[in-house]
Amino acid sequence: MTDLFPLWNSLRIAAISSVIVFFAGIFAAYYAAKLPRGLKGILDVILTLPLVLPPTVCGYFLLLLFGNRRPLGQFLAQYGIRLVMNWPGGIAAAAVVAFPLMYRTARGAFESFDENLAWSGQTLGLSNTWIFWRVRMRACRQGILAGAVLSFARALGEYGATSMLIGYTPGRTATVSTTVYQLWRTNDERGAFFWVAVNLVISAVVLLAVNLLESREKKTGKRMTN
Amino acid sequence: MSLTVDIEKRLGDFHLRTAFSCGREFLGILGASGCGKSMTLKCIAGIERPDRGTITLDGRVLFDSEKKINLTPQQRRVGYLFQNYALFPGMTVKQNILCGLHGEKDRKKREQRADEMIELLQIRDCAGLLPGALSGGQAQRAALGRILVNGPDLLMLDEPFSALDTHLRLKLQMELKGLLDGYGKGVLMVTHDRDEAFRMCGLLGVMDRGQMLAVRETGALFADPETRTAAVITGCKNIAGARKTGEREVFVPEWNIRLVTGKPVRDGLEAVGIRAHRFHPGETANRFPVRIGREMEEPFEWVSEFRFDGQDPGSAPVWWRYAKENRLPEPPEALGVSPEDILLLYQT
Repeated sequence: MTDLFPLWNSLRIAAISSVIVFFAGIFAAYYAAKLPRGLKGILDVILTLPLVLPPTVCGYFLLLLFGNRRPLGQFLAQYGIRLVMNWPGGIAAAAVVAFPLMYRTARGAFESFDENLAWSGQTLGLSNTWIFWRVRMRACRQGILAGAVLSFARALGEYGATSMLIGYTPGRTATVSTTVYQLWRTNDERGAFFWVAVNLVISAVVLLAVNLLESREKKTGKRMTN
Repeated sequence: MSLTVDIEKRLGDFHLRTAFSCGREFLGILGASGCGKSMTLKCIAGIERPDRGTITLDGRVLFDSEKKINLTPQQRRVGYLFQNYALFPGMTVKQNILCGLHGEKDRKKREQRADEMIELLQIRDCAGLLPGALSGGQAQRAALGRILVNGPDLLMLDEPFSALDTHLRLKLQMELKGLLDGYGKGVLMVTHDRDEAFRMCGLLGVMDRGQMLAVRETGALFADPETRTAAVITGCKNIAGARKTGEREVFVPEWNIRLVTGKPVRDGLEAVGIRAHRFHPGETANRFPVRIGREMEEPFEWVSEFRFDGQDPGSAPVWWRYAKENRLPEPPEALGVSPEDILLLYQT
C-alpha cells in the first residue's frame, strides 16, 4: 500500500494557499484596477513577477525572508511558526507562485465589469461592501472562479519554491510533485508513475473545470452587452 | 423639489461649465454625444466630483467645493436611470426591485411594495426573469421600478430610450410620460434626440461642448432658439451668417438675399436660420428664384436641396422638406418664407 501522505499534504497546502491567494488576489486586483495608469503598470510588474520568475528564485527570496536567522523568520519563530523545512512553508511557497494567476484573472474580470452597475447600486443607497460582494463579485463570478481554480492547480503542482523552502522529508514535507522527483531519483519507477498519474488526473479535472467556466462566461458575456 | 447646479470640471481638453436650476418640472438637457450631458448627471449623483461649484437639492447641500461638502451617492437620494438600465445580473426583476427597498426593514412591507410597483409598471409577467431574458422595454421598467420604490428626491434619466428599437421608442415615451406626469418630483433627462426632448420635456436646456445655455420652455426654444448653437441642436437645417440692414430686414451674404423678418432685429445679430419645412412655393413674402438640385424621397415627405439664384457657389445648398401631397408636377422656380419663420440668431 502506497503511503498517501504526499497527496494529503499537497491538498492541504494547496487548499490553504488558495484561500489566501483568493482574497489577496481579489483585493490586489480591485485596487490595482482603480490606480492611475503609471502606478498600475509598476504594481502590475511586481505582482506578476512570480509568474515569470523561475520558482527556485521565488524560493530563494522566501528563504531570505523566512530563514531561521532572518528577522521575519525569527519573529515568527517566537510564536512557534517555523516555515523552513516544515509543511506550512509549502503554503507560503505555493501562495507566492500561484498569486499572479489569481490576481491577473481577477483583474481582467474587474476591468470588464460594467461600472454602471456599481453606480446604480450607490445611487439606490446600497453600501459599497454590499455592492462589492453581491453585484461586482456576482458579475465577475466566472472569471474569479476560473482564477481560483487555476491558482489552486498551480499551488497543487508547485515544485521549485517548495523544494527550496521545505525540501523533501517523507511523511513530513513531501508533496506530490516533490515525491515524483524523489522516487524517480531513487529508481522507484512504479512509485513515480503512480504519483505522475495522480498529477495527471488532478490537472485534467482542473483544466476541464476552467474550460467549462470560460465557455459559460462567454455566453453570459454576450448577453451583458446592450 | 428644487435643484440648483453650478459646477465646473476639467478633463483634459474638455471643460464642463454648467449652471441651471429647476423645480418640480420635467427638465431636459439636449446636446450631441460627448457634450457633457451625462457628466453633468454623474456630478449631481455624486459619481463624478466637480472641480468647483455647488449642487443643492431641496435646500440640502450635495456638493460645495468651498465648504468641502461632498456627499456620497448613497447620501444624495438621487435616482439615476442608466442608458443600459444597469439591472443587477443574477437577480430576477423582483429581486432587483427589492434592492431599491433595502431601507424598509419589515420584510412583509418590502414584498408588498415591490408587488405594488410591479403591478403599477405592468411587469408581472417578467417579475421572475433574469435581466438577460428581458426585452428593452421590460428592462427599462424594471430599472425604473427599482428607482421609484427607493423614493429619490430627484429622478435622472440618461438617454433612457437609446437602447430601444425605434418602433418601441414612441410607445415607451408615451407610457413613461404618462407615468411621470403625476410623479410630483423633479425629473431631469438628458438626450441627443430633439424629437424625444420635445415630446418629453416641459423645459429644455441646450448643451454644447460642456456649456449649458439658458433653460427655456421647450415650445419657445424650438419656436425661437435665439442662438446658433440652439438652432443647430434643435434641428434647424439652414443657418447662414447675416447682418442687420433695417428694423425688420437682414442681409444674408452667403445666399445673397435680403430677408424681411417678423420680429424687429436687435443688435448683435450673428446669423439667421430657416427650418427646412418653412419654405413654400406659394408664399409671396421673401420669395426668391431658386434652382432645385438633388432630391430624396422619404416615406411621407420629400427632401430637396436647392440654391438661390446668385448664391455663393462655395456655400452649402439649402434644404427644403415638404409633404408628399404638396409635390408639384414641375419643380418650383421660386420659394418664399413667411417673415415669422425667419429665426434671428444672436451672439452668446
